[in-house]
Amino acid sequence: MMGFISLISIWMIPCFILIIMVAASIRKLPAYDLFVEGGKEGVKTAVSLLPFLVGMITAISILRSSGALDAFIELLAPVLEFIGFPAEVLPLALIRPISGTAALGMTTELIATYGPDSFIGTLASVMQGSTDTTLYVLTIYFGAIGIKKIRYALQAGLLADLIAILAAVFLVTMMFG
Amino acid sequence: MINWIWICMAAIGIIYAMFSGNMEAVNEAIFTSAAQAVTLAIGLISILVFWLGMMRIAEEAGILRGLARLFRPIVTRIFPEIPKDHPALGYILSNLTANMFGLGNAATPLGIKAMEEMKKLNNNSDTASRSMITFLILNTTGLTLIPTTVIGIRMQYESASPTQIVGVTLLVTAIGTIAGLIIDRIFYYKSTWRKS
Repeated sequence: MMGFISLISIWMIPCFILIIMVAASIRKLPAYDLFVEGGKEGVKTAVSLLPFLVGMITAISILRSSGALDAFIELLAPVLEFIGFPAEVLPLALIRPISGTAALGMTTELIATYGPDSFIGTLASVMQGSTDTTLYVLTIYFGAIGIKKIRYALQAGLLADLIAILAAVFLVTMMFG
Repeated sequence: MINWIWICMAAIGIIYAMFSGNMEAVNEAIFTSAAQAVTLAIGLISILVFWLGMMRIAEEAGILRGLARLFRPIVTRIFPEIPKDHPALGYILSNLTANMFGLGNAATPLGIKAMEEMKKLNNNSDTASRSMITFLILNTTGLTLIPTTVIGIRMQYESASPTQIVGVTLLVTAIGTIAGLIIDRIFYYKSTWRKS
């Protein structure tokens, strides 16, 4: 099972590219032209991310270098360790449903501080990649069509996030811990 | 809300440094981390250009449409209140496939279209319908196949294997999505049960 999951990690992207190439040649598409055209959007996306990342990473770095973040983690560690939850990723887990760019900034900072292949770095990567920003999605979609009574949407969304985060901790501990 | 969180992070850090004697480290962190963030954002260009370029070919080749057709029978079952030939289902399917491939910019307008159609089905009421909440849950649990941005960040920090996390991420996403759908049903039945 674990071997299969790491096999997927390595094979998935190259195989997907192959499928795209085969599909493009069957349909006789100008694949290279399309690639370049679509790629331009990638430049735009990365550049538009830049100010968000500068703002967030700087704020988190201030918090980290002052020692406040470590003090906070040390304070909570005994309680969280009891249930096997690494305190280092708690700030990320808390902010993940609220702001996508803040979470991205925190993930980056965790990867930079602990290393991408460390347990914390791996866990942060999985948390960042496996759920979306619940509050943002809710605001955008319900705001756009003028929904005022959201009923149980927020509770259900946050509960699903909690389960995804616990699943991430459990599976990463099993595979990389 | 995010404005407050941002202010708090910076303000608490600076005030804490006044007492912990780490002001020099804070001062240095401000400038090095800003530079680090720029390097990171520029570095992300490589993977984002490559991926979005590939996705444009996939879109034109009809791979996304093909997948949407494949998922149709499942999605009709997840949304029992939407008639099978209603346009809302088409938008939902396009939104979900776009999200799966990390095309957030394409997914959002499709999602709003889907919501508009569902609102029509709900007599234009300003109360969220059951289908709307289910759709929202599917979006918030983030059905992503390949987390490109995370892979990009891992590349930037010289991971020995940037894609190592793909398999686990996929598994966690699947668990989150299934859990989300179950939670959604439980909440829905609870709300109807209370009414009757």
